[in-house]
Amino acid sequence: MDSGWITDTLILLPLGAAIFIAVAPVPRVVAGVLAFAVSLVEIAFWGGALTAFDYGAGKPSVQLQEQTTWFGELGISYHVGFTGFAIWVAGMSVVVMAAAIGYAVWVGREHARAYFASMLLLTSALVGVFAAQDYLLFYVFWEAMLIPLYVLVGVWGGPGRLRATLMFFIYTMAGSLLMLASIIVLGISTGSFDMTAPTAYSSSNWIFLGFVAAFVVKAPIFPFHGWLPDAYREAPAEVAGVLSGAVSKAAAYGFLYIAILHFPKPAHDFRTPILVLAAIGLIYGSLLAFRAPDFRGVVAYSSLAQIGLITIGLFATDLAGFNGAVLQMVNHGLISAAMFMLAGLVELRTGTGRFDRLGGMARGRPALATLLMTFGVIALAVPGSSNFAGEFLILTGVFTTGWGWSVVGAVAIVLAAMYMLRLISAVLHQARGSAVPDTARDLRLPELALLVPLVALLIFLSAWPAAVTDHTFGQTGSTPAVKQQLVAAPARGWTAYAPYNVVRSQTAVGHGGKK
Amino acid sequence: MTFASTIQTPPVDWFAITPALVMLGAAAVCLMIAVLAPAVWRRRLSAWVTGGAFVGAFVAAALLYDRSPNPQLVIADSVYRDRYGALAMLVVLGAGVATVLISWRIRLRAHTAEYYALLAAAAGGMVFLVSAANLITLFLGLEWFSICLYILCAIDVDVEGSLEAGLKYLVVGGFGSAVLLFGSALVYGATGEVGFTQIAQATAAHGLTHDSFLVAGLAMIIVGLGFKSSAAPFHMWTPDVYEGSPTPITGFMAAATKATALVLTLRVMTQAFPQEKQLWTIAFAVIACISLAIGNLGALPQRNVKRMLAYSSISQAGFMLIPIAAGNALGARALLFYLIPYAAMSVASFAVVAARERELGTAVTFENIAGLGWERPFLGVAMWVCMLGFAGLPLTGGFVAKFYSFSAAYDRGWVWLVIVGVVATAVSLYYYFGLVRAMYMRAPAPVGIAAAGGQPPRELALQTGVLACLVVTVGSFFFVEPLIKLCRMAASALGF
Repeated sequence: MDSGWITDTLILLPLGAAIFIAVAPVPRVVAGVLAFAVSLVEIAFWGGALTAFDYGAGKPSVQLQEQTTWFGELGISYHVGFTGFAIWVAGMSVVVMAAAIGYAVWVGREHARAYFASMLLLTSALVGVFAAQDYLLFYVFWEAMLIPLYVLVGVWGGPGRLRATLMFFIYTMAGSLLMLASIIVLGISTGSFDMTAPTAYSSSNWIFLGFVAAFVVKAPIFPFHGWLPDAYREAPAEVAGVLSGAVSKAAAYGFLYIAILHFPKPAHDFRTPILVLAAIGLIYGSLLAFRAPDFRGVVAYSSLAQIGLITIGLFATDLAGFNGAVLQMVNHGLISAAMFMLAGLVELRTGTGRFDRLGGMARGRPALATLLMTFGVIALAVPGSSNFAGEFLILTGVFTTGWGWSVVGAVAIVLAAMYMLRLISAVLHQARGSAVPDTARDLRLPELALLVPLVALLIFLSAWPAAVTDHTFGQTGSTPAVKQQLVAAPARGWTAYAPYNVVRSQTAVGHGGKK
Repeated sequence: MTFASTIQTPPVDWFAITPALVMLGAAAVCLMIAVLAPAVWRRRLSAWVTGGAFVGAFVAAALLYDRSPNPQLVIADSVYRDRYGALAMLVVLGAGVATVLISWRIRLRAHTAEYYALLAAAAGGMVFLVSAANLITLFLGLEWFSICLYILCAIDVDVEGSLEAGLKYLVVGGFGSAVLLFGSALVYGATGEVGFTQIAQATAAHGLTHDSFLVAGLAMIIVGLGFKSSAAPFHMWTPDVYEGSPTPITGFMAAATKATALVLTLRVMTQAFPQEKQLWTIAFAVIACISLAIGNLGALPQRNVKRMLAYSSISQAGFMLIPIAAGNALGARALLFYLIPYAAMSVASFAVVAARERELGTAVTFENIAGLGWERPFLGVAMWVCMLGFAGLPLTGGFVAKFYSFSAAYDRGWVWLVIVGVVATAVSLYYYFGLVRAMYMRAPAPVGIAAAGGQPPRELALQTGVLACLVVTVGSFFFVEPLIKLCRMAASALGF
């Protein structure tokens, strides 16, 4: 492909902007506006990448590639490119980052240059994670996400931020260092770290588990979610949105692209335990969300539940499950970011997110009520919504594995309705809460300008979920053969597992990148 | 009847020892300055001379690297002229340049010119030592730089603990040297040779493999070098000495002494004791594990930043011993590569401490460094980057270095050593990021900055030095390929 420069730009533009903002002595307003402008340009470039991506039959699965040697003697290169599904998650991430940066500009953050530089660095790292086609490069971007996040939570967070950052940091680093060990073992023993190389696949359980350790913590999957409540509550609202919206999807993406597609055999062997943990997380997270005493608590625990659901979809390991999971990643990313920002806006007006002091905010505040209601309704997967499409696909996908999993998922959807309606009612309806002053204003125009596009995207996806699901795994729509192959694969034994072969044969054909 | 006709003098390859000679010359000039120059000029003049000498020696070492593609023994087989030594010289001398910049505003009551003279002489000893080819030049070089450092540690008599640091270093370092000397004697006794390669040949020729004298000598040499690289369990002097020494000297010791000792260790082991490889690789693996454990656990409770960095340097020694323990081609490259960002990070982190020390006039702790990140954005970012680098996180050369070290251990077949390294890294994050937390996330303590009021002077020289170190730290992440090529060519001198 000769359009690899788009991928480069998507990674390097925010990085360059971050360095510029950090170094140049610009006023705080300029720093914020510049960062926001860059994040919008980033979305435009992503749109360019999407149009440049060829979903036609027989096209390589990794496109928009760019490859430059980094250290040659160990076979490590700066190799980036997008798969059909990665591009959607990356798109969701740049949208969420732009919304978060816009929110921060509106709210105003101290130490503006450091703040916006960190946000842009995070954008760059996120896109990098979804674009990396080299294991070590993936790890570099993965860790690079952590550095700005550490600062963002630790400096601009709430009163308990120090504890929150420490927990977050220790948990995630423990996971990612195990991933590093796996990468070393895999790369040195095969002589190449390239994910598209024929040697990039392994059937070693230990290597698989090293990767999974990083993903389960970052996602998080029950019982590795110890860092979650603190981090989501203490982070600034928009950073919490980014954490649960975009960063957790990096883990889900890792499950799909690395754990399942590159290690099909161990993924099969460990499927049941992972499904069990994901299912527990789904139910447990939903119940905790139902019991959470505050706005952010509900959104935080619902994230735990949703990630569990996405993981169930992924480890259904069939096309419907995969497609549902990818759609759900996009949905949940947008919803979660928007919900955290709404939580932040409510906290700004009332000084608290606790339900016992909130209530009655719908009266005289139609915009807030409408938006919260819309996001809530999409989040609880009302039929017709994009969330419904995603969850339906996931449940269909996992049904072929075992109907029990679908039952768990269906129960969780009921629970989702319960906690979301409880949230809506506790904030918007009931008697006016003690913390809600009469002067608390409705959403202002700039706030609407940030949130309405997110709603619009969700409504667009509700109307046409196939925009994502038909453009994920290459030829899905056009060649039913692949679909059948995927579905039939388990019956033929896992050595001939289809996604594995599909990806491998396609990359063997499709080495379009510069050599 | 001339002198030369009675005693055969060997032909001398002056070029091979030019860097050491330049540094010695600078030391001599500085000593002259101390006596002859007017008091007001002494500090600047000696700093300029030393800085210039470091740069000159650096250029000479670079030329030496370029002109010595084939390793050879020169000057009566007592000194190697090869790229391995030349690369180590570059690391030491680069650290030296930065140290001179950082020392520019050092406040000593007297003896500033002597300070620079000793610094130059110590560096001269180090660059001589890294090319040592027999046990005599090894011991000579070791004592040469050690004695200079003993005095440097104690030179700041105004600081409480400086004398103590010097004395402690003298006693413990002297003990280490004695052990090394005794070990050398045993090796000589067993093989009848002092030259590294001759020892290996004699061992092979006389079937001395696993000879008890030879092994005992080897063990004592390992211990002696362990003292210099402050690897545990030979580290006990490190925290006190690092704390009490003038901070720029601490940075120089952490960077250059360790680099010298480790480079020399690998050279001695591979050149003199190839037959005992099984033994020394295991020994170094064990020492590495102990260093990682003690360094990390010791650093966790520290509140004094210099002591924390001292323990961190012990754990870093552990990380750098991992590639030595691997004992393979990848390991040799990994060690040399590791030294480049490590030296830069060490000098830079102690430089930030030095700057804060000069602001506060007291020892820097986790409490009084609070707010540094916002008050001094550049120094804050510098410390941030150094901590990221020590912790081995991406966007710093420390990441690549650790990755290479672990890869070398895995290549050797020691997955367990990789796991130990990974766990040690995880533990180390707590204190490295603890410092970042202190700098950025805690409310600044009400400290009396600059008792006379007003801003402390901007230290342009120090900031330049720190900036140079940062460029190396970050640059070694992005430009791995050229650097590793340098390391590969250097390591080939050892037969890798």
